[in-house]
Amino acid sequence: MDMKATKKKIGMKEKYRLLTRDLGWETTYQTKEDIYPYATYEGIKIHDWDKWEDPFRLTMDSYWKYQAEKERKFYAIIDAHAQNNGHLNITDASYLSALKIFLQAISPAEYASHKGFARVGREFPGVGPQVACQMQSIDEIRHAQTQIHAMSNYNKYYNGFHAFADQRDRIWYTSVARSFFDDAMSAGPFEFIIAIGFSFEYVLTNLLFVPFMSGAAYNGDMATVTFGFSAQSDEARHMTLGLECIKFMLEQDPDNLPIVQKWLDKWFGRGMRLLTLVGTMMDYMLPKRVMSWSEAWEIYGEENGKALFNDLARYGIRPPKGWDLTGESKEHVSHQLMLGLYQWRFGTSFHGWIPSNDDMDWLSSKYPNTFDKYYRPRWDHIKKLEAEGKPFKNYGLPKLCQTCQLPALFTEPGDPTSLCQREVTYKKEKYHFCSDSCQDTFNQEPEKYIQAWLPMTQLFQGNSGGGGLDAWMDWVSLQDGVDNGDYHGSEDQKNFDAWKSMTTSNK
Amino acid sequence: MAVTANYEYVGVPADTLANFHGNQIVYACWDQHLLLAAPFICFVTPESLFKDMVTGSIMPLLESDPDFAAIDWSKVEWLKSNQPFTPDFEASIAGNGIGHKDQVRFRTPNLNTLRAID
Repeated sequence: MDMKATKKKIGMKEKYRLLTRDLGWETTYQTKEDIYPYATYEGIKIHDWDKWEDPFRLTMDSYWKYQAEKERKFYAIIDAHAQNNGHLNITDASYLSALKIFLQAISPAEYASHKGFARVGREFPGVGPQVACQMQSIDEIRHAQTQIHAMSNYNKYYNGFHAFADQRDRIWYTSVARSFFDDAMSAGPFEFIIAIGFSFEYVLTNLLFVPFMSGAAYNGDMATVTFGFSAQSDEARHMTLGLECIKFMLEQDPDNLPIVQKWLDKWFGRGMRLLTLVGTMMDYMLPKRVMSWSEAWEIYGEENGKALFNDLARYGIRPPKGWDLTGESKEHVSHQLMLGLYQWRFGTSFHGWIPSNDDMDWLSSKYPNTFDKYYRPRWDHIKKLEAEGKPFKNYGLPKLCQTCQLPALFTEPGDPTSLCQREVTYKKEKYHFCSDSCQDTFNQEPEKYIQAWLPMTQLFQGNSGGGGLDAWMDWVSLQDGVDNGDYHGSEDQKNFDAWKSMTTSNK
Repeated sequence: MAVTANYEYVGVPADTLANFHGNQIVYACWDQHLLLAAPFICFVTPESLFKDMVTGSIMPLLESDPDFAAIDWSKVEWLKSNQPFTPDFEASIAGNGIGHKDQVRFRTPNLNTLRAID
């Protein structure tokens, strides 16, 4: 009997070449400049796109295979979580404040990142980065989807999850994340890749994902742990892409160095402001805490960052501006932002609360230099006001930073008793900032930042529902007395406690 | 160029005075008093009196601070755009030279109940 001859299989290397580099072609009836009009205006010089090394050598067919497998696992666990009342396994419903902020501020950022990578995948003239960016773009939309699906189960039972997409655009504390991505997406492709691919994905993403997902695990939130795991292998690929991008730019032309350094300075500053939200979640919103923000920064920021910038020093890169200031600010920022979120809790689509005595003792032990000295006296006073029947609310709408768009609540380096006040007059208009870093970013490109859509001033212009707090709440889809305010006495608290007690008693 | 762009690009500022329908923004900050987490917005007309901004917009927000009752408003030290400034309480916001989005800061040197524990 004759043996049937099998066709020779294509080797991995050949398959990779055919499915990536071989997809490109030389143009004939259009110029390269017309096809890739955004490739040069930022000043980055690329001489040979073929020098691009694909860190993962992933082809589309294997990409689909891996991702499909992860999807199957993810949705199996999410289904089980929904069917088994997984929402009652969390430590306490106060934990959900952290999840709500994540859904309102971070998940839409995944979606924005998807759009951004789709765009730069089109705008880069090289086939290597085109394919890599395309895959990352699909990853990012998958992350947005899996996060929304995972949290939709909580939305069935708890308040504050229902309008995350509107709130991303309209409510005030999310504008730090919104403006971060708007800024990156309105930049050129090279700045985008440094902003998101390198500064965010490489330098800062561990600070977002590792402590946040451990926080979910510590607090019994299987849904979030599952999307965290499902995203983790993608994140590793994104980090490698980010690092490859910066090395590629630096190796292509020495003129690229000052531009790349300028972007690193800017996006490190913007990233640190965005991560302040994560710091407050870690220090204040997890019933069972993993580590403090300060500890997380030491492990994932200082140690990893030191190694990274040592590695990049051979290209002439120095640590980003403001890097040294984090040694001081890591002991302050989460307290400063949480005191703000608490006093404006009438305008948040999550619940706030005064830390318990145990919580404050934990904060003292984690922040021996700062908590008792600067922040406990304020919380104690707030507690006293509450006991007197005068719960503290600050109806003074805050001055926002023109760049990061957070309330200007951060203190002066070296003086934790004074707010950092910076202002600039540009074309006869005055602009305010929360830090030197945010002011520097503005000064680099004022024509961009003068257009910032600042939630507070827009409210006074009458563009946010027409005027007044009630109209504003309708406009941001905030149900007063339901989604906002104090956790204690909230519907979320009452429902969770009642449902939870049904699982552990016969009442 | 004041923005990285591939053509001459001019932005439109979002918060010009004309957008506030006859009102203006004044930012106010009580130095060394961080119970109120950030400087806050006073929404006033340029014609309104400085004293009315103090009593109408500023004072009600400060009541939660334990130092509030002890403020001697005749001895408060003022800054405008971070420079020392002596306001005329009977004059208007415009008459005091306080422009749109200017910030006034005020200092009460001997009051520091919640400042820090040494």
